[in-house]
Amino acid sequence: MKKKTNANPAMVFNTMPEVQQKKKFCRFRKNGIKYLDYKDANFLLKFVNDQGKVLPRRLTGTSLKYQRKVAQAIKRARHIAVLPFTGDSLK
Amino acid sequence: MATKTKSKTTETVVLKDYESVIIFTPVLSDEQLKDAIAKYRKLITDEAGELVHEENWGLTKLAYPIQKKTTGFYILYEYRSNPDFISKFELAFRRDERIMRYLTVSLDKHAVVYNKRKRNGEFNQGKKDQKQEAAK
Repeated sequence: MKKKTNANPAMVFNTMPEVQQKKKFCRFRKNGIKYLDYKDANFLLKFVNDQGKVLPRRLTGTSLKYQRKVAQAIKRARHIAVLPFTGDSLK
Repeated sequence: MATKTKSKTTETVVLKDYESVIIFTPVLSDEQLKDAIAKYRKLITDEAGELVHEENWGLTKLAYPIQKKTTGFYILYEYRSNPDFISKFELAFRRDERIMRYLTVSLDKHAVVYNKRKRNGEFNQGKKDQKQEAAK
């Protein structure tokens, strides 16, 4: 079963080299964060790629419950021009 | 039955927590801005109930241009109010030409706790200390 999840190891290595040793975790569950502030641009930038797209759960390790909140917060932040809708080099 | 429940709700006013971020145009002078802020503060205190917190971020750069402007005055109100008040409040925003953008969000219990802690400066204390040290 484990082999199946690592079906394409080359891709995983490219994006996150430490994946092999470390298991991903949800940073909200681990740190006990219960509310995501949509006004905090610096924190939300961690969940966005350099084009401004929301990163998938499989890369950030966020649990589903909090991924929904991340998405909601990012959309709110975009509305009040705290985060851009698109960008070339956010980071 | 229906009338009974109705009378009950009108007797006990349910207050919910809300938060509104308003972006004013950068064209405003200091006094005009003050007037505008005071106007909405008054609306909240007169009709909504309780103003919990008010924050002025000052002239802030926008992440993208709105109405061909790249900056704006951000004002944040946190308040407790009757849900009926929100539509009235937002109508006032839409009628106001000084407002470029607004966002009203209802806050859940975690958000209220978070905002309280943020106001008391429980976050970023390490950073603040570093800054103070750097200033020294």
